[in-house]
Amino acid sequence: MTGAQLLSGWGRTAPTRADVVRPGSVAEVVATMERERRVIARGLGRAYGDAAQNAGAAVLDMTWLRRLVALDLEHGVVTAEAGLDLDALIALILPHGWFVPVTPGTRHVTLGGALACDVHGKNHHVDGAFSRHVESFELVTPGGQVRELRPDDGDLFAATAGGMGLTGVITRVRLRLIPVSSAYVRVTTRRAANLAELMAAMRERDREFRYSVAWIDCLQRGAGLGRGIVLWGDHADAGELPAKLGRAPLGYAAAVRLGVPDVVPSGLLNPLAARAFNALWYAKAPASERVSHEGIAAYFHPLDAVAGWNRLYGRRGFVQYQAVVPDAAADAVRALLERVSGAGTSSFLAVLKRFGAGSGMLSFPMRGWTLALDVPAGARDLAAVLDELDALVVAAGGRVYLAKDARVRPERLEAMYPDLPRWRAVQRSVDPDAVMRSDLAVRLGLTA
Amino acid sequence: MRDAVGSVQSVLLLGGTSEIGLDIVRALVADRATTVVLAARDTARAEQHAAALRASATGTGRHATALAVEVVELDATRTDAHAAILQGIFARPDGIDLAVVAAGALGRAGDDQLLDAAALQLVNGAGAASLMAHTARAMRAQGRGTIALLSSVAADRPRATNFAYGASKAASDAFARGLQDALHGSGVDVMIVRPGFVRTRMTADRKPAPGAVDAEAVTRAVIAGLRARKAVVYVPGSLRWVMLVLRLLPRAVFRRLPL
Repeated sequence: MTGAQLLSGWGRTAPTRADVVRPGSVAEVVATMERERRVIARGLGRAYGDAAQNAGAAVLDMTWLRRLVALDLEHGVVTAEAGLDLDALIALILPHGWFVPVTPGTRHVTLGGALACDVHGKNHHVDGAFSRHVESFELVTPGGQVRELRPDDGDLFAATAGGMGLTGVITRVRLRLIPVSSAYVRVTTRRAANLAELMAAMRERDREFRYSVAWIDCLQRGAGLGRGIVLWGDHADAGELPAKLGRAPLGYAAAVRLGVPDVVPSGLLNPLAARAFNALWYAKAPASERVSHEGIAAYFHPLDAVAGWNRLYGRRGFVQYQAVVPDAAADAVRALLERVSGAGTSSFLAVLKRFGAGSGMLSFPMRGWTLALDVPAGARDLAAVLDELDALVVAAGGRVYLAKDARVRPERLEAMYPDLPRWRAVQRSVDPDAVMRSDLAVRLGLTA
Repeated sequence: MRDAVGSVQSVLLLGGTSEIGLDIVRALVADRATTVVLAARDTARAEQHAAALRASATGTGRHATALAVEVVELDATRTDAHAAILQGIFARPDGIDLAVVAAGALGRAGDDQLLDAAALQLVNGAGAASLMAHTARAMRAQGRGTIALLSSVAADRPRATNFAYGASKAASDAFARGLQDALHGSGVDVMIVRPGFVRTRMTADRKPAPGAVDAEAVTRAVIAGLRARKAVVYVPGSLRWVMLVLRLLPRAVFRRLPL
């Protein structure tokens, strides 16, 4: 089944039209690769920019390839087709006492997308990125070969993890799960009045917790710059839950509470709204440290409760800027926040996390601090402001996240990703006829 | 590829010696465009502009090797050749992100405009419409792109002093408005730019109207329009409201205005 469709990323900027093909089997993936000259796979379209767009060419909608192949509840290993999403997977495994080893801020991502972007979660400082937990995956190479790859298979594994789908089409993933005894997270909440306090708290105590994330009010300037809330978490033991929750410790309900219609005008999320929201968010947090129990969905995927929240930014959409800087250049976090809070662009909550060691050749995470912020698209000076942020990031030895990117200058890429030449060599050897192509790849000259 | 903030990597200037058009191209190259195609009738002059563009890019260091500028011969009035020429231009592997339709003529002032009526229609009307049509076809096939038409406030309501020009601009302006809707959902955007009086070589012998702007002001408005994915851009922006009023004025009043 095929059809021409206008596609955009989650940020809804720069939509382009592609022929969408929906393979129902690996054989159909192979057939499409042989038939089409330019192809990219797409999952649930949660990459913010143009990673899963392919103007004037073919896009493989992988969400029809979502069968569960094997589930080993004894050892906690799942094998599934690449179009299966974490939402369905969590609902399936959590009642049996298993959880996914890494989840991004949304559970509406496919296994294939998670591997191609080598996504990270709030536990990267402890557990690393998604690909670290992949035992093996199946890749349909651009030449139409079906290959099974394991981490010790070397270059093609490392080039595919974080390779943005440009080494072929991932059709199956075998993933190690983690055991949990409840569907709840023991959350330690702490408010910090400024960036120094926030970063010190994270630096000192992150190792005590499996999960760690901070929300920053990025409209504060001066003494209050970087004020925010740290949320540490660990999977709660069934025995420690309050009686009300303890009756069904693995009971999991991930409700969608609200939906956003597609009629919101651009400009609703203006600086005024951002200021009010940030002030409320900060005031809502307890002044002194507090421990509570929260459901897995509420802790890991708070925004999933609002279906289509990206529409709040209206027709023009928004850009999510996410960068990482090494530990040694932690001052760059302050510089980034100062630049953003000094600009007229309004950013809602910014998210700060710590990363452990990196993984794939084009994987985003590297040991250090990662900052993510959402800004509405369309502002006259946005391009220049974000270019300045890039300059700060490059000077600090950091990089931006390709799964979020929608606008970085191509000439900055090699400084950000030192393994890019190596990745290109692997990519070219597996795809000599340049079958794999996405708008992102063209825009950044990735496969050039 | 056009990105999330409206920056483009390749630009085609239809009317490759247009002063406003070249100013827009220079700004786009300073931003991040690395491919420029100047399509012009006077290829010798276009080559000079191409050389200047290459030289200016070398100075910045950034595009020393990356900037590619090409000149293609194109006459806006020879509409039967447009299909083949545009097909050739769009044949490059990464296509074209932005086409600026800047080919145009002003004609003579006063009563002499009556003698230019057909010539202006051929360039500003049929010529521009044909260029947009063939560009739209190529962009629809590539699933993306932006067409920016340099129209004029004269297209909003013809007035006695330059209605031959205004009528010809109104033809392509109306065509672009229809094209905007026809291309909805195709990944191709059309942006109509309606400047007031712009001080350029073309208008050097005319008395500037109130609120006259320079080519640089048009460029700034075009860039801002691309960033915000605007459908219609007035330069200066306040003319949007002025023209709204002027369009609604009774004819007897409009006729007496010193425009």
